Amino acid sequence: MKDIVLIVTAVILSLAAAGAIYRIAVGPSLLDRVLAADVLLAILGAALAVDMAVNRHLNNLVLLVALTLIGFVGSVTVARFVADRRGQVNDS
Amino acid sequence: MSRKRTSFRTELPLLVWLVLVWGALWRDFSPGNLAFGALIAVVVARIFYLPPVELSGRFNVWRAIPFAAVFLGKVVAASFQVMYLAVFRGPSVSNAVVAVPLRSHSDLMVTATGHVISLIPGSLVVEVDRSTSTLYIHGLNVRNDVDTAKLRKEVQDAEASLIRIMGTNAELEALQAEGRTATRGVGP
Amino acid sequence: MTPNATGADAVIDAVTAVLLIVGALMSLGAAIGLLRFPDLMSRMHAATKPQVLGLFLVLAAIGLQMREWWVWPILVVAWIFQLLTVPVSAHMVGRAGYRTKHLHPELLSTDELEAVVLRAAVKRDAEKAEGSDSAIPRTANGGNAGANRGSVGGPDGSRGPSA
Repeated sequence: MKDIVLIVTAVILSLAAAGAIYRIAVGPSLLDRVLAADVLLAILGAALAVDMAVNRHLNNLVLLVALTLIGFVGSVTVARFVADRRGQVNDS
Repeated sequence: MSRKRTSFRTELPLLVWLVLVWGALWRDFSPGNLAFGALIAVVVARIFYLPPVELSGRFNVWRAIPFAAVFLGKVVAASFQVMYLAVFRGPSVSNAVVAVPLRSHSDLMVTATGHVISLIPGSLVVEVDRSTSTLYIHGLNVRNDVDTAKLRKEVQDAEASLIRIMGTNAELEALQAEGRTATRGVGP
Repeated sequence: MTPNATGADAVIDAVTAVLLIVGALMSLGAAIGLLRFPDLMSRMHAATKPQVLGLFLVLAAIGLQMREWWVWPILVVAWIFQLLTVPVSAHMVGRAGYRTKHLHPELLSTDELEAVVLRAAVKRDAEKAEGSDSAIPRTANGGNAGANRGSVGGPDGSRGPSA
């Protein structure tokens, strides 16, 4: 049971991570890449949580919260940066 | 600080939340740890001063619990719907940006409505016009005017439930005077 | 998970397995959405929101497996952190995307913000023609300065298209 669950979730999450990485690589714009990086972080978080559930420990929980916050700060920062630059280009 | 001090009552929800986070991060809910957490929470709230969130002072638990259940149900349904759209519709999906005028002009209510609407997949707050308290919402798979009206009604219904849960008395009376929620006009 | 589980343990393990797999599928759905949707905004719908449900399911699985009451507040705190941050970052990215014309207009059935933005732009140009001294610093920062200040009190405190 444990092995089956681990294998199935590992395959699903790996496929998802591959998709997100592909979008980071080809993403036509910076915002697309940021979005995909955010998804990649969420997938990593999901993997950490699956490990906790299957092996019954809570060691990664703080890491999970930190991951959420890093993704948040990262995407907000980049979004502001993009808005600033483009705004000046448009106005001039 | 020259600003007026916030009363303990308006700060209480923040303090409770900070103590809860403290206990959760230590994974220890013993009274001693919580008391120490409360002490730190008070100190943090004093040093890192933020503009207080003006709560209305009323909170209707009996409306909040069904609202949370309905909200969770909507999140589940809409998540699967977005997945379905991603897999089967893909590139040919059509969207819309819809202006939704809200009843309430309090920042808290506009923020809460925006949060709830953003968390339900398929709708996303693009812009907020604070002066007229209008939300501009990007909706996934909105093809025609019927869908637009549906999205607008959904947002306004969410706001109505939030007002019933934690709006001020004035907002509540305005809502009741309005009677049946009628879809109002388009944008400014 | 319990090896060779029987009775209640087996039921809990089965529920856990379903929760974990559906939670992982939500991540896969986000990735499929990222790959298949045509423009930034629709990708954003797929990318951020199903994750909230995915994390909820996986955290519920952890709670079921740990079987101790003090775990639940921790999991709730972890989930609430995500509930609070996801709409904010989605709004910020979406706003930046709209302002930098990442939308494909042909994919929109209606755009009720466009008229407002155009009206504001016309007004701003008129102001600029009047006195260029006062207009330039305002347009250089635009609504972003407002958003910066507003982010202290709440995510949606931005000035909006009127700026």
